Amino acid sequence: MNSKTGLSLTQAPPISVPLRFFLTAPLFGLAAAILFFWFGPAAIETRWSPVTLAITHLLTLGFLLMAIIGAMMQMLPVMVGSPLNRPRVLSTVVHVFLCLGLLALACGFLFTNKILIIISMPSLAAGLLLFAGAASTSLMRAATINATVTGMRLSVAALVVTLVLALIVSTGHAWSWHVPKTITNVHMTWGLVGTVSLLIIGVAYEVVPMFQMTPAYPGWMKRRFTTLLFIGLLLWSALYALQSNGSTLMTVLADLASSFLALWLLVFAVITYRLQGQRKRRTPDVSVHFWRTGLICLGLCAVLWVVSRLWPALDNWPRLNMLLGVLMIVGFAVSVINAMLYKIAPFLVWLHSQHLPGSARAIPNMN
Amino acid sequence: MTKLINALIAEHRACDDEFALAEKAVADQEWTKAAELCRHFVQSMECHLRHEEEVLFPAFEERTGMTSGPTRVMRMEHEDMRQLFHDMEESIKNKDREGYLGQSETLLILMQQHNMKEENILYPMVQNALRADQDNILAKIKSIAV
Ligand code: HEM
Ligand SMILES: [Fe+2]
Repeated sequence: MNSKTGLSLTQAPPISVPLRFFLTAPLFGLAAAILFFWFGPAAIETRWSPVTLAITHLLTLGFLLMAIIGAMMQMLPVMVGSPLNRPRVLSTVVHVFLCLGLLALACGFLFTNKILIIISMPSLAAGLLLFAGAASTSLMRAATINATVTGMRLSVAALVVTLVLALIVSTGHAWSWHVPKTITNVHMTWGLVGTVSLLIIGVAYEVVPMFQMTPAYPGWMKRRFTTLLFIGLLLWSALYALQSNGSTLMTVLADLASSFLALWLLVFAVITYRLQGQRKRRTPDVSVHFWRTGLICLGLCAVLWVVSRLWPALDNWPRLNMLLGVLMIVGFAVSVINAMLYKIAPFLVWLHSQHLPGSARAIPNMN
Repeated sequence: MTKLINALIAEHRACDDEFALAEKAVADQEWTKAAELCRHFVQSMECHLRHEEEVLFPAFEERTGMTSGPTRVMRMEHEDMRQLFHDMEESIKNKDREGYLGQSETLLILMQQHNMKEENILYPMVQNALRADQDNILAKIKSIAV
């Protein structure tokens, strides 16, 4: 540890730190799948059914965010050079709060139980804020400020916005008063386009060229892309909130802003897809397939959104929102996060076994 | 100083290219070609590791007095990589395709996370510490070739 800068190049944190998140993420994913098959089509008939809300959060908080948090705890030392403080305590506490909070939230939705919703709020808030605080501290001390660090910083900021809005919409479920759906839409956009996409994009800048051996992302993209996406989110949120007064001008402007966000994500999908087409490593790679499936879904989702802004018939189609949500959450985010887990988890186990005292050096390899 | 850093980063990328070529040959079971490409790859890697271990790290350690810090971790990771080079060469001797591909997958991740640390963290530190000496160090590095 270099005490002056707080930099450290020590090996990654103890394996239990990220691994607990990587092991619970698939369990929550599985829980979402079980609910889906149990309730069948009813699970995706309308956005607002209790099952849909439970499944959504098992996937977003349980699978995506769990994996993202684990990956950040693992990657901050490697990519940024400043590990989280006291990783063992931090990861235990964050993990416990998140698991309890999410179970309460999911069951609260499922059984329409107000007490459980009320329990979930402080628990999720504590877990997410602790993580956000620790990650920000680490990101402030970053040795180099590159596009990945910027993406991660913005993603953590978006997580806090998502959480604040989540607490507001949760009060609606907890005390049965009416919270405008506008807030829910802003909440989920900050979650999916903010937290999740900003992180994936920031990490992609490093991970895609290095691990898949593609050419680097273009310089203009690394410099401005995530910042513009974040500014676009702020702008859209303001316009969208004003639109609820019924002003046509605001509606047009909000549609323009959301189309910009969608097209911006489409640009990311197209560029990444093309880079992967040029990869030097020609051996088949499952994680590349996950990535490409995810990018196609992201592209479809973006195109569908923009077309629905221009074409009222599509906008009025009752299944549109569900389709967009499935493309974005399952098609894009779950696929890409899977691709990352598929690489990181076996490597961690390998690294760990490699450095066990007294272990033989002839270590089983990763495949 | 960027001249020196860029030269080292270019070495990382050049080694990546050779890694991919060797892996492809093994996947296609072209064993003679694979043996040669793998040897090239290992030689280039070895040359790069020596640039760091024999020139860059000692200069950095001398300037900053940090002998047990970042450079020690990098040296340890170099040893892990050398172990995998050895295993991969054995696999080629035994014409063990699956064995090699497993080892190369592991090496790729080890090597890239290592490079990431160097490029994002260590090299910027070196850049600050050794600003005045860069031409000198670059010349010494050039004198160690494959
Ligand atoms: C990154 C994290 C999150 C993401 C991606 C996310 C995503 C979503 C999405 C997509 C919806 C809409 C569901 C639908 O239309 O069926 C939603 C609604 C909701 N979320 Fe989240 N969410 C996140 C975090 C949270 C947290 C931490 C809480 C609770 C503390 C929460 C509470 C809610 C509630 C109560 C609703 C329903 C609002 C309503 O009935 O209008 N969310 N969220
Ligand atoms: Fe290196």
